[in-house]
Amino acid sequence: MKPPAFTYHRPATVQEAVQLLDAHAGEGAKVLAGGQSLVPLMSMRLAAPGHLVDINHVAGLDTVEVTSTGVRVGALARHSRVEHDAAAFAALPLLRQALGQVAHPTIRNRGTTVGSLVHGDPAAEMTAVLAVLDGEVELVGPHGSRSVGAADFFVGPMETEHADAEVAVAATFRRPPAGTGSAFVELARRHGDYAMCGVAALVTVDADLAVTGARVGLISVGAGPVVVDLGPAVSGSGGGVDTPRARELVDAAIDPEDDIHATATYRRHLAHVLTERAVAQAHEAARGTRRSAA
Amino acid sequence: MSDVVSTGSTTRVSLTVNGVRHDLDLPARRLLSDALRHDLRLTGTHVGCEHGVCGACTVLVDGAPMRSCLLFAVSLDGAEITTVEGCRSADGGMGPVQQAFHECHALQCGFCTPGFITTITAFLDDNPAPTRDEAREAVSGNLCRCTGYVNIVSAVERAAELRREPTP
Repeated sequence: MKPPAFTYHRPATVQEAVQLLDAHAGEGAKVLAGGQSLVPLMSMRLAAPGHLVDINHVAGLDTVEVTSTGVRVGALARHSRVEHDAAAFAALPLLRQALGQVAHPTIRNRGTTVGSLVHGDPAAEMTAVLAVLDGEVELVGPHGSRSVGAADFFVGPMETEHADAEVAVAATFRRPPAGTGSAFVELARRHGDYAMCGVAALVTVDADLAVTGARVGLISVGAGPVVVDLGPAVSGSGGGVDTPRARELVDAAIDPEDDIHATATYRRHLAHVLTERAVAQAHEAARGTRRSAA
Repeated sequence: MSDVVSTGSTTRVSLTVNGVRHDLDLPARRLLSDALRHDLRLTGTHVGCEHGVCGACTVLVDGAPMRSCLLFAVSLDGAEITTVEGCRSADGGMGPVQQAFHECHALQCGFCTPGFITTITAFLDDNPAPTRDEAREAVSGNLCRCTGYVNIVSAVERAAELRREPTP
């Protein structure tokens, strides 16, 4: 269980990191940020990058900023830093709701939120959070920078939209409309382990507390995060979200698989139950935003 | 400037471990757990699963608990590391968490204990008076196959008491 040998690079700037990745792209160069997914993959010899470009000493990436559009998280912001940032929580409670369920605190002390997004594990909580909030990832490469929306960023299991020589420098989680409440619910065999299914929910209510929109993002039931617009299940008559209709919408969107942790049938069952729970919690939180605003 | 090292050579890393500074020349692939055990001969840090699941190798990096088997030592240049050897009291005796483990019979074979001691030491710095549920949550990332955890949770509470007592 020792990682294979690699050539180590410690750039001081994003530009240097990009140059190094570009120069060694043919030899499997990879970015090392928190390493909480990459190091075990290397120790188990499932990954053997020839070069690691360590961005931990690059200045200016350890940032959490609340902007007019949402919360922008830099590539070196550890999960724990984002989780405990008071301004980020006030702007987007869903961040802390989900981050509290990302692995264990010791992993969150080192692992980065942006790194988790780039890794693209279909069981990773923050992929669903970015997707349900319609966020984006900022990439810097040899030919300049670009932003990729969540819908295009998650390509497949452990596969995300970025070129070999691009560094993901930040991700922006977009603020939902006023009157939106959120929740994150998941079930794992052991607390802190990969979830068998997890659901991020957003429910929006108007000033009369009628539900005007609902959206969920699910993990571990597809090749990447699965976003389902529950709009067609919103009754529009001042009530909430129609549960049987929401189940149909979720059912049509997910494609769970069997593995040693759970059968596909059980994951589908969890998707139904956890969606109902997450939507109920988000609905209650949405009512709370209107009450506190009144 | 960029620090480029070939696979065959080593990288100079400065680590302060339990208050003592060490300058080490290490291969890039050296895990922090192995740097502590093999290069510094600090064998209190135990290596269990070696892929970040069991928590036995937990050490404090700049005060925060992390899995030393999931860190490359070369990436930690300039960091302050605290291992279980650094969790003793100022007079060289057992620290409060170690004393609590002794009193509560919170270990049997002892293999997982160093990871618990470091994790709980950092936890009590953040939360000096935890509830039993918080204590249980704090150790949820560490595996123990002997005790059944009940006495470990009691030891977290006892360690919190010991830390509050004035030192004689």
